[in-house]
Amino acid sequence: METRSTRIGLGVATVAVIAFLWLPLLLIMAYAFNSSTIQSWPISGFTLHWFHQAWHDPEARSSLWLSIKVGLAATAVALVLGTAAAAAIYRFRFFGREAVSFLLLLPIALPGIITGMSLNSAFNFAGVRFSIWTIVVGHATFCVVIVYNNVLARLRRSSPSLLEASMDLGADGWQTFRFVVWPVLSTALVAGGLLAFALSFDEAIVTTFTAGAQTTLPIYILDHIQRGQDLPVVNAIVFVVILVTVIPVTIAQRLTGDTGVLRRGASRTKV
Amino acid sequence: MAELVEAGASLRSARLRISAALWRRPWLKLGLLLAAPVLAFAVVYLGALVSLFVSAFWQIDAFTAAVIHKWTLDNFKTLWNDHTYWRITGRTIGIAAAVTVTDAVLAFPLAYFMARLATPRLRALLFIAVLLPLWSSYLVRIYAWRTILAKDGALNWFLNGIGLPDTGLAYTNTAMWIVFSYVWLPFMVLPVYAALERIPDSYLEASQDLGAKGSRTLRSVILPLALPGIVAGSIFTFSLTLGDFITPALVGGAGSSFIGNVVHDKVGQPDIPFAAAFATVPVVVMGIYLLIARRLGAFDAV
Repeated sequence: METRSTRIGLGVATVAVIAFLWLPLLLIMAYAFNSSTIQSWPISGFTLHWFHQAWHDPEARSSLWLSIKVGLAATAVALVLGTAAAAAIYRFRFFGREAVSFLLLLPIALPGIITGMSLNSAFNFAGVRFSIWTIVVGHATFCVVIVYNNVLARLRRSSPSLLEASMDLGADGWQTFRFVVWPVLSTALVAGGLLAFALSFDEAIVTTFTAGAQTTLPIYILDHIQRGQDLPVVNAIVFVVILVTVIPVTIAQRLTGDTGVLRRGASRTKV
Repeated sequence: MAELVEAGASLRSARLRISAALWRRPWLKLGLLLAAPVLAFAVVYLGALVSLFVSAFWQIDAFTAAVIHKWTLDNFKTLWNDHTYWRITGRTIGIAAAVTVTDAVLAFPLAYFMARLATPRLRALLFIAVLLPLWSSYLVRIYAWRTILAKDGALNWFLNGIGLPDTGLAYTNTAMWIVFSYVWLPFMVLPVYAALERIPDSYLEASQDLGAKGSRTLRSVILPLALPGIVAGSIFTFSLTLGDFITPALVGGAGSSFIGNVVHDKVGQPDIPFAAAFATVPVVVMGIYLLIARRLGAFDAV
């Protein structure tokens, strides 16, 4: 339908926009191999030294370790709460059903600074000391939605008659779960979990308000960028962070077709 | 052996009894499923939100910095009377609007190409190409631009290479505009794509049969049908920019504070009541924006 020149124009625009999206990422990844300590382009030579340095940096190590722990804990909480909520919303029609799904969406619908601040003042008010657990609570608030959306999307695509058939054939609740529900849900759970982990792993805004003296990896990166300190080491870490977030997303995309990963975007609009 | 079989049988019958009981009392099952997530969210999240906005009507003691629980509108009066806060609010909303328009313009051709011209294989590839930046670390992407725009960064290197002078974009409002547009672009592409993909080919054929040129079809058929998707995308680009404070801190200049920066500083002081009062501004602006978006059909788009 489109004329030849329109097609060519759209093709060129597409290439340009994709380049705009990717060049900065590729560029910052190249800096990880910069042999000079000065941040200038083009990089002056190739070295793997900064990866070695980053690996042996105690501060970077401890913040990486904290980020992994927080990510795993927040993902675990999100898997339990998100799956339970999705099951309830899918199986039942009840008063306040819309309110529940709206409540779950709030943490990603509102700007992170609002979530962070309100948790910060609530923790202060309740006399809770800032620790790894306050960070986990902060991250869990927005990770739950990710799991919830993935599981709900999967449930909606499966037929409820499967459950009834299983019951009719004499299976108890556990057997129905083990042999019917689990095979249907498992990949959605894995995908939701991976995405929740990826989201927690690079979260900086809520964390600045819910962390005490601890530093997660994004906070470590933010601190060092702002002070312009140890930038070559930061570049090496940034390289790894890009890989750590890209790999789970690619796997999750494979597991859910193209809808699952989109949920992050889609869920935000259904406010 | 016999006992084992018997124990197994009684375990099974117990499980069946539990299943049957739950089946007969669906509300019990619902309660068990919902209790944990709803309690957690209602108590921790909603409780925290409400307490935050209540505290906007409190004040801190000037000497001890302790929060005084006495109702007052002083925080809002300060906000209203101080020109600085008006300027900051104007800057925040202005840049958020500019970013939204920029992203719509950049996203449209890409989304159109993905939805209507790309082969399925190429479309899948483009999807990944848009999704990966969306999910890769937001902080890292801002940092990438900080190095690109720096004085001896890649942009000036490129400009010098083709014989142009340095830009001096680093640490300006323009830098913030570019970086915000970059960071939130995927959020615009996806809903616009979803809207465009749903336009049936027959509409475009009908328009052509009725004698409309390409530009007329675009204006009278495609754009109106894509509008809900654009508005849906604009909710992200607008709201995410309104609430941000890291981009201004990393790529903005001395006079580039956003509402988020003031709020962040005030929380650090700590003056939570004032921070909470200022934080109501983006929430109210977003509320109004969502009402308009609903009118334009953004919620049916995705």
